[in-house]
Amino acid sequence: MENNAPIFQRPSRWKISGLFILIALACLPFADLTINTFDPMAELDRLFSGLLSPSLYPIESPIDALLQTVAFAILGVSSGSVIGFSLAQIFHFRLVRTICALIRAVHELFWALIFLQIFGLHPLTGLLAIGLPYTATFAKVYAEILEEGDRRAFDTIRHSSSFTSAFFYARLPDLWQHFIAYTSYRLECGLRSSTILGFIGLPTLGYYLSSAFLEGQYSEVWALLILFYLLIASIKYWVRPKLLPVYLLISPFIIANDSHISFDNVHRFFTQDIIPLPIRNGQGISELWLWFYNLFINEALPGIVNSLVLTQLALILTGFITLVWFPLISKLFFARFARSIGHFFLVVMRSTPEYILAFILLTLWGPSMLPAIIALALHNGAIIAHLMGHYSDALPLRLDATKGLNRYAYEVVPRIYGQFMAFLFYRWEIILRESAILGILGITTLGFYIDSAIQDIRLDRAMVLIIITALLNVCIDTISRHIRSRLRLSMGPEIISK
Amino acid sequence: MFHLQSANASYNNKDVLVDITLQIPAGQKLALIGHSGSGKSTLLKLLYQQRPQDISLVPQDYGLVSSLSVFHNVYMGQLAYQPLWYNLVNLIKPLKKPLQDVEQILDNIKLSDKLLEPVAQLSGGQQQRTAVARAMMQGSDILLADEPVSSLDEHQSKLVMSLLCNDFDTVVLAMHDIDLALTYCDRIIGLDHGRITIDAPTTSLNRNDLLDIYGE
Repeated sequence: MENNAPIFQRPSRWKISGLFILIALACLPFADLTINTFDPMAELDRLFSGLLSPSLYPIESPIDALLQTVAFAILGVSSGSVIGFSLAQIFHFRLVRTICALIRAVHELFWALIFLQIFGLHPLTGLLAIGLPYTATFAKVYAEILEEGDRRAFDTIRHSSSFTSAFFYARLPDLWQHFIAYTSYRLECGLRSSTILGFIGLPTLGYYLSSAFLEGQYSEVWALLILFYLLIASIKYWVRPKLLPVYLLISPFIIANDSHISFDNVHRFFTQDIIPLPIRNGQGISELWLWFYNLFINEALPGIVNSLVLTQLALILTGFITLVWFPLISKLFFARFARSIGHFFLVVMRSTPEYILAFILLTLWGPSMLPAIIALALHNGAIIAHLMGHYSDALPLRLDATKGLNRYAYEVVPRIYGQFMAFLFYRWEIILRESAILGILGITTLGFYIDSAIQDIRLDRAMVLIIITALLNVCIDTISRHIRSRLRLSMGPEIISK
Repeated sequence: MFHLQSANASYNNKDVLVDITLQIPAGQKLALIGHSGSGKSTLLKLLYQQRPQDISLVPQDYGLVSSLSVFHNVYMGQLAYQPLWYNLVNLIKPLKKPLQDVEQILDNIKLSDKLLEPVAQLSGGQQQRTAVARAMMQGSDILLADEPVSSLDEHQSKLVMSLLCNDFDTVVLAMHDIDLALTYCDRIIGLDHGRITIDAPTTSLNRNDLLDIYGE
């Protein structure tokens, strides 16, 4: 027994979890986790005392802001859905897939910053900022839905009818529910996107939210946040298939404003602004290389390092928060009343866009990575905890299974851990994309350098940095997919069936 | 030990047990026989609910955590007796004492070579023996087991049956192997469509009669 004692082999997902925790620990010394404000508790106190007296009164036209938010979301998501659906049909072309991946890899706030330069405050800016990345996402997910659907009926009638009729008769009816479910989920995301576009100047809720924040008007902040929560919570009441045409007809009139597209501007953007400076000045290839080299070393590299450090720390904290929070809504741990409190808490946490959470925490703590990490982890942790809580409800426990923490550690976590990691790795790339945009708030991730370049009207540099950000996202997405597929192999049918 | 008086049970508006009256004294080895769907599992559940603290249970679907090792699954029988911190440490790094205890039980059931293997990698019969080992680890006075040897070959079935009947004072087994029931139990209850159709000491029962009614 002593010599050939069996060795306790931890499963591969344990090892990968451990590896990522080690990476996060290694990132820790490079992360700026300081609290810079003089008296953060007093600020927090002022924030929450605003909750007691929410007031919309000082805001000029809250209803208009609400309508703008909804109109941008509806138009952006619908156009994205229609074009994305067409693209899904030709998603098997590598070129289409690659272009969609690159478009997706750029966050809608960055798209908005780009379109602001081209179209100014014209409604097209907000429309494209939501529509374009949503189109790319819709194309991918719709294509996945089509791929997983049953093709047999379609293949049978394919040759005796036109492609289109065959598609509408033999494919769409079976998949319709999936398309609807995903599209309505994205509409909720669209409302969040449309809200935060206000932070960079569009007339949506975020615009008033950011100015109320900056002025320290916390009563207004809470009033606007509550308005936002009500909007999200009431989706199922006001989003009806029959009402959608009405919304689509009205929305263009709501977002219309009197700004005009300056075609000189558009022309200059493409022919001058985004052309690297050395080329514009007619300098040689060596000058261009030097220009790129300096940009890469001084801005892209620190931006990449900080984005990755922030992402890895936020990822681990997200996982930790998920594991702590999912029991709050699980039937295996709490009775109905306690669960309803848990549900409410998780709904609030996951509906609040991470950008707004980060904005709040930054106001309280000052610019460092700490507020960004916490904001990303709270938002993403709540999303995964919600999914895991529901997943755990379906676990078949024995009649005599233990209770409490023993049940948590022995019966539940080992059973859901594979699913948990799949969700977490799925959100990895999303967290990276979000950590890049939090740079706009002053944390030195890639978004910080992009935003500064745009402020300095050096759009050529901004474009290069945005492309680098997109490529980084594509890289992480590829690694994440690789890990997920490897884990799935080693985890058996437990995860494949879900 | 157990006492049921005109007990009924229904599932989805369908009667599963009808008018069950039953006494089980301590020390008895009782086999419930009958075709699938005759109500054996439901009767076990009713009995379990009478005194859940005193019972070791082997459910029909084993109730194993497939991503954990055999060791951890068997150790789960002990969770209630050990402090929480001890359980948590043992989950991350198997401790020496529980390792020895579990190995002892697995030795008896001829599974000690799989001690640290994940349950997901075991065959059906090995998983079933893991579930049996967990019940033995729990070591209550009473065993309720739903088809505990259904996936085992004849030799292993006999081994497990004799282990269970020796280890536990009171034993109630749902099973469909009539020969095993006659060999290891001292009382047999036959169920048919939710009703008790036979209730007699093993010695007074005739193998062929039972096979006619309850045989496969």
